[in-house]
Amino acid sequence: MVVANAVRKSFGEREAVGGISFAIRPGICFGMLGPNGAGKTTLMRMLLGMTTLSGGSYTIFGEPAGGNEVRARIGVVAQQDNLDPDFTVRENLLIYARYFGIERTIAEQRADELLAFAELSARAGDKVSHLSGGMKRRLMIARALINDPELVVLDEPTTGLDPQARHLIWERLRQLRKAGKTLILTTHYMDEAEQLCDEIVVIDHGRILAQGAPQVLIREHLEPEVFVLVDAHEGQIAKLASADGVRFERIGDVWYGHAKAAAPLLARLVENPELRFTHRPANLEDLFLRLTGREMRE
Amino acid sequence: MNLTYGHTLAVWQRNFLVWKKFALASLIGNFGDPFLYLLGLGFGLGLYIGDMNGIPYMAFLASGILCSSAMNSATFEGLYSAFTRMEQQKTWEGIMTTPVGLADVVAGEIVWAATKSLISCTAILIVAGLLGGIQSWSTAWLALPAIFLIGLAFAAISLVVCVIAPGYDFFTYFFTLFVTPMFLFCGVFYPIDALPTAVQWLAQILPLTHAVALVRPLLTELPLTGLWLHIGVLLFYSIAGTVIAIRLAQRRLIT
Repeated sequence: MVVANAVRKSFGEREAVGGISFAIRPGICFGMLGPNGAGKTTLMRMLLGMTTLSGGSYTIFGEPAGGNEVRARIGVVAQQDNLDPDFTVRENLLIYARYFGIERTIAEQRADELLAFAELSARAGDKVSHLSGGMKRRLMIARALINDPELVVLDEPTTGLDPQARHLIWERLRQLRKAGKTLILTTHYMDEAEQLCDEIVVIDHGRILAQGAPQVLIREHLEPEVFVLVDAHEGQIAKLASADGVRFERIGDVWYGHAKAAAPLLARLVENPELRFTHRPANLEDLFLRLTGREMRE
Repeated sequence: MNLTYGHTLAVWQRNFLVWKKFALASLIGNFGDPFLYLLGLGFGLGLYIGDMNGIPYMAFLASGILCSSAMNSATFEGLYSAFTRMEQQKTWEGIMTTPVGLADVVAGEIVWAATKSLISCTAILIVAGLLGGIQSWSTAWLALPAIFLIGLAFAAISLVVCVIAPGYDFFTYFFTLFVTPMFLFCGVFYPIDALPTAVQWLAQILPLTHAVALVRPLLTELPLTGLWLHIGVLLFYSIAGTVIAIRLAQRRLIT
């Protein structure tokens, strides 16, 4: 559905995207993960024709990305809210429908369906500025669906939202996937990607670090068991680290023990009841940090 | 660059629908200023001046004010309002993710700003008529299509300025260097042949000079000369401005 082949983008000296290739199959949720400034948004903008390519090829539905007509088949949820503040909630959907040349009666019917889908029916006549952050996001998603797109592109759809609002959006996105839509999602929330994505690419400094199904990638790159210890000192860790197949890593004041099997390390931890720890399976966040490093990104 | 009629129209419609919500307030705001000029200068100054170029000063002034109002109306819309939609509200960016391209957005804004000129000048034309500013009613209605063309010319120029502006403060330069000089030196208040020859030549390349020269004879008994020159200059500004505005908008927004 979307094929990137050695896509490159430079802004002057700075290379934002340095030769990225991937293919997105129809009907999946495809996640682009990476720290701030990794090149995710640039890839999204290129798909929509808002940024030009410096090299490579980027196709969507078999056509070059960025064409006006291609966009008729895509829905876009931008990172920054760009709802039309001069109109009400429902009017926002109707105005947007005009840009797609959708006939008035069909637009009205779709607008009402989408307001129900986004749980905004009760707010249909409100000004956009009176909506909460979560409602605005839901309206952005509803608006992106007005043209019944085959592909929905979402740039950090839940950034800045509270947990309730995020869960509602995730539920709706899963619903869309079940309805057969293809989703492309950028995020730096690993739980979001784990919840939603069938396939991910981890991008950093404009390059792909890993690509595949989240669980497969975790298995490939990491030991399955993770122990997290706060308030432990080096002597204690050294004793624990002598257990079979355990590797410790320190980030700030937290120790992460990565183990091939849980039992040996658990046995030692039981002998040291003063140590507080959490035991969990390896997750996408572990993978992400492993791949992109620990240093801060501004 | 390719423009699509339906897409340009959709952008125009968006702005029209917003305008419609506040139509009355907007109209009052639009003709408050010109009305005061006509009253204050037309009656006040007109009493002392009597005739200008052989016609009553009120009639002379009314056509000038009509043209400068068309300029102001399109300029404000093309600068402040369009800039707000482009930069503050990100309305353009929202539209650009639909089949409507950036070229259509810019063209839609230009046609809309010209439409706003037409709307407010229609109201002003009626007021001017009531105040005695119209001598020849039979040709006065032809001022309306002329106003629309004048609106297009100034809208296109304004959009060029809009898409290169770093912020709202930038527009002050445009007013000081371009709009205010035209208001004063392009024949709105007095005939340009009162000016030194060099300034007259300068005035000849400015769009408002041709706007006034086109509209004044339509409202008064003065003869219309150089019709195609005036239309040509206004068309030139409209088309060149639109093409340049689209190119510069692409440079600004498509990275």
